[in-house]
Amino acid sequence: MARHRPRSGRSQPSPRRVKAALCVTCLIDQFFPHVGEAAVKVLRRLDVDVSFPEQQTCCGQIAFNGGYRAEATAVARRFLDIFAGDDYVVVPSGSCASMIKVFYAELFQGDEATLERVRQLVARTYEFTEFLTEVLEVDDVGAKFSGSVTYHDGCHALRELRIKQGPRALVAAVEGAELREMEASEACCGFGGLFSVKFPEVSGAILDEKLRHVEATGARAVVTTDCGCVMHMAGAMRRRALDTRALHIAELLAGEGG
Amino acid sequence: MAAKAAAFKRSSAVAVRNPKLQQTLHHVVRHFTEARDAAVASEFPPETWEQMRERASSIKLQTLLNLDFYLDMVDRNVRRNGGHVHFAADAAEANRIVLDIAKRNAVKRVIKSKSMVSEEMRLNPTLEAEGIVPVETDLGEYIIQLAKETPFHIIAPAMHKTRQDVSRLFQDWLRSAPTDDIKTLCAIARNALRQQFATADMGVSGANFVVAETGTVVLVTNEGNGRMTTSVPRVHVALAGMERVIPAIEDVALFLRLLPRSATGQRITSYNSFISGPRRASDEDGPEEFHLVLVDNGRLNLLKDERLREALKCIRCGACLNVCPVYQKTGGHAYGWVYPGPIGAIVTPAMNGFARGADLPFASTLCGACKDVCPVKIDIPKLLLDLRPEAARRTGTWAERLLMRRWVDMMRARESLERSSRLARLMQRPLSREGVIRRSRLPLLAAWTQARDFPAVAEKSFARRWRDGLSRAEP
Repeated sequence: MARHRPRSGRSQPSPRRVKAALCVTCLIDQFFPHVGEAAVKVLRRLDVDVSFPEQQTCCGQIAFNGGYRAEATAVARRFLDIFAGDDYVVVPSGSCASMIKVFYAELFQGDEATLERVRQLVARTYEFTEFLTEVLEVDDVGAKFSGSVTYHDGCHALRELRIKQGPRALVAAVEGAELREMEASEACCGFGGLFSVKFPEVSGAILDEKLRHVEATGARAVVTTDCGCVMHMAGAMRRRALDTRALHIAELLAGEGG
Repeated sequence: MAAKAAAFKRSSAVAVRNPKLQQTLHHVVRHFTEARDAAVASEFPPETWEQMRERASSIKLQTLLNLDFYLDMVDRNVRRNGGHVHFAADAAEANRIVLDIAKRNAVKRVIKSKSMVSEEMRLNPTLEAEGIVPVETDLGEYIIQLAKETPFHIIAPAMHKTRQDVSRLFQDWLRSAPTDDIKTLCAIARNALRQQFATADMGVSGANFVVAETGTVVLVTNEGNGRMTTSVPRVHVALAGMERVIPAIEDVALFLRLLPRSATGQRITSYNSFISGPRRASDEDGPEEFHLVLVDNGRLNLLKDERLREALKCIRCGACLNVCPVYQKTGGHAYGWVYPGPIGAIVTPAMNGFARGADLPFASTLCGACKDVCPVKIDIPKLLLDLRPEAARRTGTWAERLLMRRWVDMMRARESLERSSRLARLMQRPLSREGVIRRSRLPLLAAWTQARDFPAVAEKSFARRWRDGLSRAEP
């Protein structure tokens, strides 16, 4: 894949800095805080004015997917209050971004007043890589890495948000990183939230196949847009003491070498 | 009943541990998905394919919204063609109708071409109980009939059988010599079936489409057995789910493009039969009697639900099965009823009032691959999500319920999340090593750690790091 040059976004500093509220997701907040830090680092490197609404907890997806609609609604309503305003909302997760951008409309079906607030939120909400490539219009975020990397298409980023080329362009522009495509990069890793604990045998079998494809590339790391997939892939890699690492793409893009 | 209602957990785990099954699945499913992708991409620009799907979806939905009108039209036109129409509310009534026809005609032997509705009805055991011999004539169906199994896949019922399996079945039942040459095996089956075709009194077929304006049953097959079944015996009975109806003969062309490409990657199937009633005076052959049985059997449950109705657009191509990461690992039998895979995970509980497959709406990672290949644009993940509240009420474990109640309390305020997080850090201390939990007997965590390490809750949450200095932009 060809190297991508930064597009207009970086070379012409806008009179006012872009303001973005980070929705860090409950998974990153509690289990992968370093991924949130990496996202902040990348955004600041690109001169984004990052804020973090401190009352935030979760978007409600786990309850929604689990069939607990009342619980999901309560938490989602709270989310709408916390992320009210005009700033961009940046979400380092294709899955949580899909919850907001696609499934809030399902959750609040029939409630016009809330749906209006949802539409207002959706218009300024972006998954992290989408924000970099579509809003800031950059591919090269000034990151360094040494070694080869393969990209796993997180299902919600790919099929709900249609994010496919953006993250690849970002990876390809990392100095020292070589992007190696794996077979079936679009295949699910078998996580699926509650699915992974409701049907651990099937989930594990799907994961096995994903890891076989990752390993076949010989890449040093597999990167993706979602900590759900990272947690799933890294969990098995650790168990089997594999050398390959699973990283959130923000970690790669924040990297300054090594 | 409870076991039957939530059986996927056990059956899927068994399937995953079967190495032979895994090998076959891997091989066959990949063949189907590659053939489908090639057939779609080689001929149509993506926008054209998208328009075709859009149009098919809208034809199906419009027909469903006016189904009473179109069923009435089917009824009139089949009668005008000299055929008979029967409506069956459920499987039992459909069986009674078929048995009545068989008895009136003193039928001893029935030949069948592929019909998923007959699987819903369990027609074969019903006929056998009345002393009538049913013989499946689709090769795959014939194989599983000999093996006394149910279909493994909507369009490839015996895809889990290797040529060695088939050879053994034929040795046992047809006293043929052992062989693993596929051509020889086909010839053995053809020979055995020829005699059945020649001596059967009644043919039972399915229906891929029922055309309202002409009263025509459309059959799409590859083996020619459909044509034999519907033309050689004295009586032909076509079984159709009542959602098979499409309005006009010109609509068939679109569906005949979408169906084979999505199903097998073929541009067209070997045989496309259009059957409009029994033999006419000028015809040289054909059945003396033609019956169309339109079956509800739970379809009205879906039709009257404005969200679930969409699932009745399904034309049973099986594309969603082939691309599903779950089906790819479990195969069809794990789903426990006639329709497996993503569409089965919807229609099984929905048609059966959750008495079957109550846990199937959860048997999906919601990856969305099914939605992208569906030729009639059924939003399968959305429908699975719609079914999940009911599925959770029926199958949710106490641990899950407790977790959800705790979860909502926890997520309602930052302070309560931090309290829970402190507690979790304390509790995980004896469990975690080097930032991960390797084994646990706690519900859910035990399931996760079967084959994966689980990350420990971080010592400092992101929010805490933000407060402790990250909020200040550094150079």
